[in-house]
Amino acid sequence: MKILKISGVLALLIGLASTSFAQKFITKNGHTSFYSEAPMENIEAHNKEVLSIIDFDSHEIVTTMLMNGFQFKKSLMQEHFNEKYVESDQYPKATFKGKFTPNDAIDLNKDGNYELAVTGDLTIHGVTKPIETKATIEVKNGVVIGKTNFNVKVKDFDITIPKVVVENIAETVLVTSDFTYSPYNN
Amino acid sequence: MERYYKKLFLLYIFLMMMILKGFAQEDDLMKILETEGDEKNQVNFATATFKGTRLIQGHSVETLRGNAFQLLISHRFGRINGGAYEFFGLDQSNVRIGLEYGLSDRLNVGIGRNSYEKTYDGFLKYKILRQSSGAANRPVSMVLFSSVALNTLKNEDIDPEREIPFSSRLAYTGQLLIARKFSPGFSLQIMPTIVHRNEVTESEGYNDLYALGFGGRKKITKSLALNVEYYYRINAPENPELHNSFSIGFDIETGGHVFQLHFTNSISMVEKGFIGETTGDWANGDIHFGFNISRTFN
Repeated sequence: MKILKISGVLALLIGLASTSFAQKFITKNGHTSFYSEAPMENIEAHNKEVLSIIDFDSHEIVTTMLMNGFQFKKSLMQEHFNEKYVESDQYPKATFKGKFTPNDAIDLNKDGNYELAVTGDLTIHGVTKPIETKATIEVKNGVVIGKTNFNVKVKDFDITIPKVVVENIAETVLVTSDFTYSPYNN
Repeated sequence: MERYYKKLFLLYIFLMMMILKGFAQEDDLMKILETEGDEKNQVNFATATFKGTRLIQGHSVETLRGNAFQLLISHRFGRINGGAYEFFGLDQSNVRIGLEYGLSDRLNVGIGRNSYEKTYDGFLKYKILRQSSGAANRPVSMVLFSSVALNTLKNEDIDPEREIPFSSRLAYTGQLLIARKFSPGFSLQIMPTIVHRNEVTESEGYNDLYALGFGGRKKITKSLALNVEYYYRINAPENPELHNSFSIGFDIETGGHVFQLHFTNSISMVEKGFIGETTGDWANGDIHFGFNISRTFN
């Protein structure tokens, strides 16, 4: 019975710890961009309405964005992106769900920099692929600034590019994110 | 033994709860984002209701983005029923060269020169409503369109018997374009239209011609669409030479161009011309092959 009592107390403690010290941070104006160099012209687009939430207790991160929120310099390019490549009407959102491992215990009460190893599932165009990347976290005056970049192969997400234009579009694009999170209270 | 099992059972429950908690948390995060996303009241605008600023002959609800510049070259060849001698119409050609500019995402201006009746035209196009869903629910896009056309044929080519005043060479068109993108591949448009001619001959009917246009596009593949456009003249004069404009065509999209290939019974590429002065009769085989090529710079 002694062990039972101990495990009960332990469960209670863990339960308490994970609720009372839950630390969630959120952003609604995250900035994600992608860039690729191509022979004809470089392709670049920015989405400044990315939603992302970090849970420093469970070490989880979830990010979602609307594909038609990407702004291109050329309207025709933007139209092709939505209409022909990512098919935003059918697949309006891109999501990332993952976990991170910091290089050091994160203290949200004081300023500091951390490096994270992130793994998770990236869903674009209705196709989900596991990805691994590195990210940095900067705690500064109570907000958290997260940054990351990784390469995405267009082909991995069943995005087909017609042969006529295949030379204009690079097969790999660099995705860069820069999020400023504020504490989420609810 | 019994105590041991009890202990194991509790440990099992405890572990299960921890695992479930882990699962629940990820879902919670997604849910939080979903509600926060809804609270942001995002408006989803329908984009690319049509591929180009023209349906076939007439304008579509698409406008150029602010500061975008478009060069549009259109051809209408002769009648297909001219047969092999006329190379099925390709021996004759009507051209319109047009330049269009986006003063803003909503307001476009354009000028053009059509070889039919050596006509110069200018237009203004203003998007008053954008189809959207989400926080703002607008079922259709609407555009106000207005154009003016100037016939610059020599006096003797119009009427050698008298002096033609400048004002008689002018005609105006006003349109309300209403379109809805029903699905990614299917859009419809209706176009209540008034054409005002400063001077008309008896055979051309009243100065004010009222018409109702209908059009639509259906995508066949991602880069190919089928378009249809019809203008019904409401107060058409009793003139067997004049017909309602009917056109059918394909939009083919490559990198930076949209090619529109079509068959039509109209040769003019200015509103007052194809709505009011179409002389081809589909039933007779008076069909013209034609194309529009547009290139947008920005």
